[in-house]
Amino acid sequence: MRMAELVMGIVMGVFSLYLMWKSAELPIGWIAGEGPGGGAWPFWLAAGMLVCCIAIVIRWAKRITPQSRSEDPFMTSRTFRLFLLNAGSLIGMVALFHIVGAYGAIPAFLIFYLRFMGGHTWRLTGAFAFVTPIVTFLFFEIALQKTLPKGITDPWFEPVFAFFY
Amino acid sequence: MDVLPLLINGFIIAFEPLNLMLIVLGCAVGLFIGAMPGLGSVNGVAILLPMTFLVPPTGAIIFLGAIYYGAMYGGAISSIMLGIPGASTAVATTFDGRPMALQGHADKALIAAATASFVGGSVGVILFTLFAPPLAEVALTFGAPEIFSLMLMAFATFVGLGGDDIPKTLFSIFIGLVFGAVGLDIISGEPRLIFGGIPGFFHGINFLVLAIGIYGIAEMLWTIEVSQGKVMISQATVSYQRTMAALRELLTTWKTMLMGSFLGYFVGILPAAGATPGALMAYGVAKTMAKDPETYGKGNINGIVAPETANNAASTGAMLPMLTLGIPGSPTTAILLGGMVIWGLEPGPRVFTDHPDFVWGFIASLYAANLFALLINVAFIPAFIWVLRLPFTILAPIIFILCIVGGFVPTMDMHDVWLMLVFGTGGYMMRKLDYPMAPAVLAIVLGPLAEPALRQSLLISGGSFGIFFTRPFASVIMSLALFLILLPVMKIIYDRIKKPAAVK
Amino acid sequence: MRKFGTKLTSLGIALGLGFAVAPVDSAEAWEPKKPVEFVVMAGKGGGADKAVRFIQNIIVKNKLASKPFTPVNKPGGSGAEALVHVKNASDPDHTLMFTLNSFYTTPLLQPGLGIDIKTFTPVGRMAEDTFLLWVSKKSGIKTVDQFVKAAKAAGNKWIMAGTGKNSEDNILTDFLNKAYGLNMKYVPYKGGGRVAKELAGENANSTVNNPSEQLGFYQAGKTVALGAFTHERLPLFKEAPTFKELGKDFTYYMQRTVVGAPGMSEGAAAYYQGLFTKVFNSKEWQDYMKKKSLQGKFLTGKPLMSYWIEQKAIQKGILQKMGVIK
Repeated sequence: MRMAELVMGIVMGVFSLYLMWKSAELPIGWIAGEGPGGGAWPFWLAAGMLVCCIAIVIRWAKRITPQSRSEDPFMTSRTFRLFLLNAGSLIGMVALFHIVGAYGAIPAFLIFYLRFMGGHTWRLTGAFAFVTPIVTFLFFEIALQKTLPKGITDPWFEPVFAFFY
Repeated sequence: MDVLPLLINGFIIAFEPLNLMLIVLGCAVGLFIGAMPGLGSVNGVAILLPMTFLVPPTGAIIFLGAIYYGAMYGGAISSIMLGIPGASTAVATTFDGRPMALQGHADKALIAAATASFVGGSVGVILFTLFAPPLAEVALTFGAPEIFSLMLMAFATFVGLGGDDIPKTLFSIFIGLVFGAVGLDIISGEPRLIFGGIPGFFHGINFLVLAIGIYGIAEMLWTIEVSQGKVMISQATVSYQRTMAALRELLTTWKTMLMGSFLGYFVGILPAAGATPGALMAYGVAKTMAKDPETYGKGNINGIVAPETANNAASTGAMLPMLTLGIPGSPTTAILLGGMVIWGLEPGPRVFTDHPDFVWGFIASLYAANLFALLINVAFIPAFIWVLRLPFTILAPIIFILCIVGGFVPTMDMHDVWLMLVFGTGGYMMRKLDYPMAPAVLAIVLGPLAEPALRQSLLISGGSFGIFFTRPFASVIMSLALFLILLPVMKIIYDRIKKPAAVK
Repeated sequence: MRKFGTKLTSLGIALGLGFAVAPVDSAEAWEPKKPVEFVVMAGKGGGADKAVRFIQNIIVKNKLASKPFTPVNKPGGSGAEALVHVKNASDPDHTLMFTLNSFYTTPLLQPGLGIDIKTFTPVGRMAEDTFLLWVSKKSGIKTVDQFVKAAKAAGNKWIMAGTGKNSEDNILTDFLNKAYGLNMKYVPYKGGGRVAKELAGENANSTVNNPSEQLGFYQAGKTVALGAFTHERLPLFKEAPTFKELGKDFTYYMQRTVVGAPGMSEGAAAYYQGLFTKVFNSKEWQDYMKKKSLQGKFLTGKPLMSYWIEQKAIQKGILQKMGVIK
């Protein structure tokens, strides 16, 4: 935990510097008769972020915050595994949105999560994996007319739309 | 004023069978849409706009008004049940609503939210009925300096919101404000912070992307870690006795309700402000005035009542400039305005005299919509509670899918979904290190309202800050805001002088 | 040079290309196979957004299309986001865009986007919106001469509210400043409705709103139209002379045009051209144009493309004279 506090402080400090540098693409100073330039607001706020990060690191060095005194690991190996599985499956699902579209990705994610992580029966898993995309389609695409990404499955939906309209 | 006969006439119109049916239907649909994370009243009204040509204009606006109300009620549901604010107006509701749900009081929180919405909405409509035209005149004179002062006051009421770690709280505010600055700088017309011209950053960072990332994904990851994937999300139950007990407890919050209603309404009528700052300020004020501010954020019922009365009162308030000036106070009213134009009604200063049936029918329908939204909401509470009792390994993937789809739909851009994942995982790590996240979410909402107002004011004044103190409304609001900001600072200094030993 | 610079006319309609092209019979051959994405270059609730939702309604109400048209707002970067999105559309046959003058100006101001408007498919120009010079009634100003006098006296304390830097409003403000030797201060706001309100609330001294934005306040007697940036006086504002009558040869219009994605098939283009001809000729749209004081005939196909090319050249000239591009 102690290590993580320092790393986060430094990473965010570097990120603040990056934001300051990017903000400085627009004028960051005071323009006479007009007020602050276009980059001033984000630049000085990012500078504020940097000051906070410095304060966080100083407080780390002085061991003021509970995190900077804690010798517990930031993540136990079990927590880390859970995090990887959850975050990883989410990233996998979003990546699949681009390839096989929402209606391929959602069942795939549900099968993975319910069957392999949740240990539910195939029957329950199958029911959810089948019903969820249909409900999603009816609610978003037909009722609300919001098109979700379909990737390579796009042409398959032409008869479906032909049926509904 | 001869408001009463007009209003009664309005009620006769609102209670025509078709209109009444539209009210009930609109409330139910709105409730459902509002309860989805990512979909708020804006989406509900925008999406259903083309379906309203089937009915006469008065029926159409009544229908959309009912959707608006239903969605405002529904926003609280997702805030309480999932901890994900469905719309920016419901952010403040998560602060106490979520802890209450986790403590097994989801039913109480939902009842509180519904009742508070009803009170706020009703006070709003009554104020609307009585004082519409004069308030419209006041709202009209509000310019950039007044709006900036108001935003500063919204921030000021929130100084105490963060955790005990001051650098981390400030960091959270700053990063939210910087993210809010991404996109186009309207004053100079230049793209800003688009990170090498990535098109997805052109529209800026949508509030929902950060809110769903932090409250949806990061919180879920956190819950999974804490529970190690085993326990249920909450042990919620609902029963008649519990409902009655909740209602009795609500009676004690009448002061908060009144404060939230009036504050929300007056912030809501200001063009460009809308319901979100109103709800945030109501929460801040309730906490500041409370005898037990330390219980806020840990499941205090007043913490639900304040923002929920305010955001519903503000939604009603926002209709005032829309109807009387043709100026929308919020994105949702902007769409409503578009709808009225489609039906051939020209909102504006003359609408009260030119189309009295329409205006008063609409106002009366707001009274009715308010009542029906409450009834429908309460009727559905057992269903919501049932959802909460699903095993966590089923609930979690459903919430994740809702988050992903909810992140996509507002802008229809996969870029936002990826950004949401980044915020979610990053937010989870920061959450573990006790960085408070709520200030960042508030800042990304208020920042884009505050910054242009500040710079427009300075442009008008030629760079002089005097503009905030020479205009009557601005100077009053600004002085209040500065006082509220300095108050905790002075308190800290006072405490240090008094007992310097306590610091170490 | 400065005076000369104002001598600009939008000749679009005058070129005699404004014939509405009748729908081709073969257009019936192609039909949309799924919901059509209708991208709006502006945010929810703005003038363009309202027009798109109005068109969507006309299509639904008169059952003109078999599939729904779903508006998608992409206001980012003055329309840059919308342009890039439509340029890279995965399915150009089902992607349309509703454009403003930022269709010309944004690619000129941000050449890095790599947008060539000639690659887009011309579908239909639905209208040209007009601009007028407005002041509040309480100011007591009734003519452009009085306006010039008051603005000159106020110097840079005279506030002109508009919709963003380098926008149409900014161009017109620049024109007025140069033509009359004024030094008005331009303050950008988000959206024309907000600008109109700032004038009615007397937080600004003048604006150059579209009629639709000021109409409510105008009818309520809060604001006054002083002059029109059009060829002829507008029927709704007979009292406001054109700047041409006042000896300043300057006209300026805002297009409201439906554009198809680059690479749209011929069949699809023909279908949409036919569809929007019907929309344009519908009673609802004609009423809308009258009420909102919109001008212009329907343009499509080749004539629309030549209108774009010519408009782009005009916009380029204006921006060059403003000194914002080379």
